[in-house]
Amino acid sequence: MVEEKQSPYLKYLREDRLPHIFCPGCGNGIVMNTFFKALEGTDIDFDNIAMVSGIGCSSRIPGYVKCDSLHTTHGRALPFATGLKVGNPDLDVVVFTGDGDGASIGGNHLIHSARRNINMTVICVNNNIYGMTGGQISPTSPKGSFGTTAPYGSRDEPFDLAKLVAASGASYVSRWTTANPLQLVNSIKKGLNTNGFAFIEVATQCPTYYGRKNKMKTPTAMFQYLKDNSITKRKADKMDPEELKNKIVIGEFVNKSEPEFTDNIRELDEETSKKPYKKRTAYEEL
Amino acid sequence: MSEEYFLLGNEACAKGAIRAGCRFFAGYPITPSTEVAEALAKELPKVDGAFVQMEDEIASAGALVGASWSGVKSMTATSGPGISLMQENIGYAFITETPIVIVNVQRGSPSTGQPTMSSQSDMMQVRWGSHGDYEPIALAPSSVQEFFDFTIEAFNLAEKYRCPVFVMSDEAVGHMREKMTIPEEIDVETRQMPKESPEDYLPYKAPENGTSKMPAFGDGYNVAITGLTHDERGYPDTNNPETHTKLVKRLCDKILKNRQDIVSFKEENCDDADLIVVTYGSPYRSAQTAIHQARNEGLKIGSLKINTPWPFPDEELAKIAAQADDLLVLEQNLGQMVHEVERVAKSDANVHLLGKIGGELHKPEEILAKIKEIKGL
Repeated sequence: MVEEKQSPYLKYLREDRLPHIFCPGCGNGIVMNTFFKALEGTDIDFDNIAMVSGIGCSSRIPGYVKCDSLHTTHGRALPFATGLKVGNPDLDVVVFTGDGDGASIGGNHLIHSARRNINMTVICVNNNIYGMTGGQISPTSPKGSFGTTAPYGSRDEPFDLAKLVAASGASYVSRWTTANPLQLVNSIKKGLNTNGFAFIEVATQCPTYYGRKNKMKTPTAMFQYLKDNSITKRKADKMDPEELKNKIVIGEFVNKSEPEFTDNIRELDEETSKKPYKKRTAYEEL
Repeated sequence: MSEEYFLLGNEACAKGAIRAGCRFFAGYPITPSTEVAEALAKELPKVDGAFVQMEDEIASAGALVGASWSGVKSMTATSGPGISLMQENIGYAFITETPIVIVNVQRGSPSTGQPTMSSQSDMMQVRWGSHGDYEPIALAPSSVQEFFDFTIEAFNLAEKYRCPVFVMSDEAVGHMREKMTIPEEIDVETRQMPKESPEDYLPYKAPENGTSKMPAFGDGYNVAITGLTHDERGYPDTNNPETHTKLVKRLCDKILKNRQDIVSFKEENCDDADLIVVTYGSPYRSAQTAIHQARNEGLKIGSLKINTPWPFPDEELAKIAAQADDLLVLEQNLGQMVHEVERVAKSDANVHLLGKIGGELHKPEEILAKIKEIKGL
């Protein structure tokens, strides 16, 4: 009999919700693993974590985790997370989103949350396609890639999400692929420890839709694609834009200390009321 | 000691919110509601509250839900175009049973319409605007005093029934300046923690026509909240007809079966009346003058002011319809709540409409003329 190996992170999951809905070979498992490993490398209390997500495959991740979670409407995870964090700034807020959820329908919220530099860690699982609805192109689909809504190949220019969020004012921005789990753990850890908006983009494989539509039917073929097409930021900085077309630039884009949104609100409250800040609550008559 | 003020309707609304325990406001500037946001931007920091100007109304409604689950009473103020954008997240608040308060200072519509003119044309928008079956609560103030009182009541009902509550004001009430009184004693509903321990707690296990107690995120209850159809644990269960039916029926029944507790109305001079003027919101003010004049002329005219258009006060209106020959509905639209009046009145009374759009209030003489036309005078 083969001995079944249990994940050390099973303790964080709602086992009564398993099996999960993710396809075989999906990158979501790798992202979850790296998240738990990163979390264990910080001083954050797991019970203080609040996870928020929108709609899409990666947005299903929080529902499997044994913590408070808010699985919201399509594209709107960040506004819900903003309310949660401002209402109770003591919560450690983590957002899971994807390229469709976070950058298409939720694009406006993404840049504004980064502009506010509100303290939360956003993990954007970018598979370059709409998985949940069956393989339509997204705002990060490479030019020329195929999807059910781009049967002749996409002619749209994709977003560079890391650059977009960096330009919008976030304190921490990085991008890795699921083929860089160690760097990813380190980056998520840094994100969790950042007092500000931390955005970690993970280029991931969707063998079911992106792979099938783009001649990479197996997870390994997709993994090879991620490896072959990623270039470290240090190298990329010396290359010209033409050479970088459809390449995945990996590394840290921003790591800086800037004033944080909920700290600013607390300061304003203390200055205006001339009293130390008291926790907001609906559970007591004020 | 009670306090007296001479206030703008929108300022009274903001005062009511603070008094009701609102400590989070998220909104987007929109005429004619903006003074609510401006007043709260000034007042909330003084009471450890948070004011956030969001990037749009979609984000505002989302932030309210997030803030509510953080354990804080939350509110926004907007107008018709803003409600249009909020609808999806309002539906999310219904299915997740999240208490939030949405103030709509109505303006001329559709589309951008008449930003600075009064209207009541969003009554059906808040009734049916988000997709799916649900039962909203809506209060309609007709004075600055009521804008204050009903805002507090909206928070109390939101907490009690765990649902979004609308305050359906209009530009006339929002921008009206009047004397108002803040009483010394005000009933404020505080949120109750679940009695069960986190191990025994099921977030959506609720009595048949009721709702459960909600903890806040961070309280150790580890609740999973989703807009998908969910079971008592809060877990998605989307392909089971029974789970969906049970959940959505309960969401509706917790309002409909408690109609008696929620509905509020004001009956005046109805006992001997053969024609009763039915109003909600600012048309009540013009109606009062018209009814006074009609009574002076010996006409037996009564008044029914509906404070809670949603849920509609079916029983109270049926009673009125049974005793009068005619019901005259006044509204600042081309006929919305009149359909509810017709539904309930059936053939017991003739239902007439004096709908007025364009932004001006009904003139008492227009109402009086309509009354006389109905009476064949």
